[in-house]
Amino acid sequence: MSTILEVTQLTRSFGGLTAVSNVDLTLEQGELVGLIGPNGAGKTTVFNLLTGVYPPSSGTIVFSSPGQTQSLGGKAPYAICRAGVGRTFQNIRLFKQLTVLENVMIAYQQNQRYPLATSFLRLPGFRRAEDEIREGARELLRVMHLDHVADELAVNLSYGGQRHLEIARALATRPTLLLLDEPAAGMNPTETAQLTELIRQIRHDFGLTVLLIEHDMSLVMQVCERIYVLDHGIVIASGTPDEVRANPRVIEAYLGEEVDHA
Amino acid sequence: MEQLAQQLVNGLALGSIYALIALGYTMVYGIIQLINFAHGDVYMVGAYVGYFCMVHLKLGFVESLVIAMAVCTVLGVVIERVAYKPLRKSTRIAVLITAIGVSLLLEYTMMFFVGADTRTYGVLPPFMEQSFQFGGVLVSMKQIIIVGISVLLMVVLQYIVRRTKIGKAMRAVSQDADAARLMGISVDNTISFTFAIGSALAGAAGVLVGVYYNAINPLMGLLPGLKAFVAAVFGGIGLIPGALLGGYFIGASETLVAGYWSSLYTDAVVFAILILVLVFKPTGLLGKNVREKV
Amino acid sequence: MKNSLVRQALMLWLPLVATYVIVLLLVQANIIDAYMQVTLATICINIVLAASLNLITGFTGQFSLGHAGFMAIGAYSTALVSMRWDSVFGFLGGLLLGGVLAALVGFLIGLPTLRLRGDYIAIATLGMAEIIRILLQNFEFTNGAAGLSPVPQYMDWTWFFILTVGSVMLISNFIRSRQGRDAIAVREDEIAAESIGVNTTRSKVLAFAIGAFFGGIAGGMYASYFYVIKPEQFGFLKSVDILVIVVLGGLGSLSGSVIAAFLLAIISTLLQPFPGVRMILYALLLIIIMIFRPQGLLGNRELSLRLLPRFGRRREAAASGTEEA
Repeated sequence: MSTILEVTQLTRSFGGLTAVSNVDLTLEQGELVGLIGPNGAGKTTVFNLLTGVYPPSSGTIVFSSPGQTQSLGGKAPYAICRAGVGRTFQNIRLFKQLTVLENVMIAYQQNQRYPLATSFLRLPGFRRAEDEIREGARELLRVMHLDHVADELAVNLSYGGQRHLEIARALATRPTLLLLDEPAAGMNPTETAQLTELIRQIRHDFGLTVLLIEHDMSLVMQVCERIYVLDHGIVIASGTPDEVRANPRVIEAYLGEEVDHA
Repeated sequence: MEQLAQQLVNGLALGSIYALIALGYTMVYGIIQLINFAHGDVYMVGAYVGYFCMVHLKLGFVESLVIAMAVCTVLGVVIERVAYKPLRKSTRIAVLITAIGVSLLLEYTMMFFVGADTRTYGVLPPFMEQSFQFGGVLVSMKQIIIVGISVLLMVVLQYIVRRTKIGKAMRAVSQDADAARLMGISVDNTISFTFAIGSALAGAAGVLVGVYYNAINPLMGLLPGLKAFVAAVFGGIGLIPGALLGGYFIGASETLVAGYWSSLYTDAVVFAILILVLVFKPTGLLGKNVREKV
Repeated sequence: MKNSLVRQALMLWLPLVATYVIVLLLVQANIIDAYMQVTLATICINIVLAASLNLITGFTGQFSLGHAGFMAIGAYSTALVSMRWDSVFGFLGGLLLGGVLAALVGFLIGLPTLRLRGDYIAIATLGMAEIIRILLQNFEFTNGAAGLSPVPQYMDWTWFFILTVGSVMLISNFIRSRQGRDAIAVREDEIAAESIGVNTTRSKVLAFAIGAFFGGIAGGMYASYFYVIKPEQFGFLKSVDILVIVVLGGLGSLSGSVIAAFLLAIISTLLQPFPGVRMILYALLLIIIMIFRPQGLLGNRELSLRLLPRFGRRREAAASGTEEA
């Protein structure tokens, strides 16, 4: 097994507020790892740092893809995606006025390039390249059980359908590392169970490493091999689900949250 | 040296007018993130109301100024209620296009009624035609009045924004409209009030310009409006001190370019300043970075 | 497969060629008189202007208020080159040069400003167009405020047809390609587009430069048909004129832009005796469309027989999806 992602002392502050502080995080090739923590712990900020939405204030992010090891800190989001990191968004960011198929095609075509002149003049090769993009995208829709709504507008999809589409779109960028931000949010237990199975399956079929943020503990404890727990921007625990469950600091962090909510 | 001082005095007067208009831009942008394109035309309406009062009703300068400010206040609130309020939830492009529509509507409705010709304020009260010589620098009474009234209005504005309840509401809404609503602030009323104040200042600027240049026309609001917007961007849009800084900077740049180079290029220089600011410090001189939430 | 391709090509080209021939005959028979020819020319120019601005604003979501500036560059290039080399090659060379120069200016202004938020871009492009106009007004070689005339008149119905249909087709081909879909993704959600590997800055600048290119072509068509050009013709109001067409037809609908260009030409002709009223009407049109039908006549959909069954459903969605992230 080899390390695919090595995050060292990752820190990000916004004005006076330190959202993420000295986070160390390692992912091995093929792992499925959970990132959990109470609301506002900085989980999504970690994702945004990993995918270049914000540059880190300090710390390093080293990403290894086959044949290349590179630092991601300070790179533009699109470059990080091209390096092999795909992601979904907690607050669903689909191209709402485009069809489900178009959503996935746009992601898929990033690896299926043809020159501008071909586009303008419909040169030979245009149709074939477009067909490949369309077919590739359709295939991913089948994987995510969305092929029957391919021509619907993304905005008209059910909530669960939109979450599936986010994953399909991320997969279309052909990532080696997939970051899922609360993929089961808003789903009922049956849907969550189906999604859990689907995540396992795509990890296997696409040879992915997966890092996922989740609130649904049953999902996290079921699928994740290892878990990092974040609280107030700091990693307070990490280990197997059983180890994390037994960790007093984790219990405290979560209990504290429940008291706040009461 | 004397020429420089003279240009700076002229720049101060011109800058006061830009600052007054820029304040309205910046307050409205601060509160609903809209470039209120019609703002320059509210200023034009102010100039015409002042003209009507002084020339046709034979009212004094101060009365005319107050009436113009009152009319513009009402106009600003009506524009906001009728044209912008229905679009609170629309895209920014949609509201901006509407603002352009309102701007054209004011310009061409005015033109329809008063014609396209330039009009003059005519003979002013004698005290306003005085001027004073300081060394080699000529300072006219009009310039003193412009700067004086502008400063007075800015002080009043500062007082309203800093010390009154509605001023606090304005600041709260511009920080976070939803949170302000939860705190029991009427967001709609606060936005209307912001338009009211901004428009009153623009109305005052209109009368001052009418007196200063003694020439007004229905399209007079377009260019000064844009330049005042440049001023607001220069200082940092949404920030009241930024609008003042920007207004005086643009005013001074313009008179200096006209004095030392050619008045043909003043507008081009102002827009070049705009593009440079947008490229190198889009948040303006006094602004700080704000990031989009993901 | 092959058969349907042939049928598609026939459905596209047959009506086009028929239109060309019929109008040509009507012009020669003088049934389309001189006055109507001017209107026809204006419509063609406006179609190219609106289609190119729609690419920038409707499809890529970047609000430009400076399209008249690109038009001015194209008009002056065509005029200057064809006045020096008075031949059809001079005309075409000037036209092409105008497009390329406009694209270059678009690229230079777009590269730094397209990183900014939408409304800042609007003001930056407006500023750019004003600078262009002021420079043209003061340069020696552009003959200042008096402008240039007579520009050799090469534009006839054949050229109008070729350039208009060609421009719209090229823009349409771009939109329905990989690069065009990238641009649309930028309009829909910039952060999501970046996250799936779209270089959004590149996409925006590309669309902006292409839009500028065709804006320049439209300017060249204008110069060579109306043979007198002055800086004042390319002011802010011209940019607004173009914007009205795009907004009326629908942001993100090329066929909408074409239909709106015809519609506004008719309105303009009817209002010819009352120039003041025309602008008041335009202003009201902008406000009313934005308040009651922000998606314009066609929304972001294209008018085509193939799409008609889907049309109703999509429109519904477009109406519910006008809020912005």
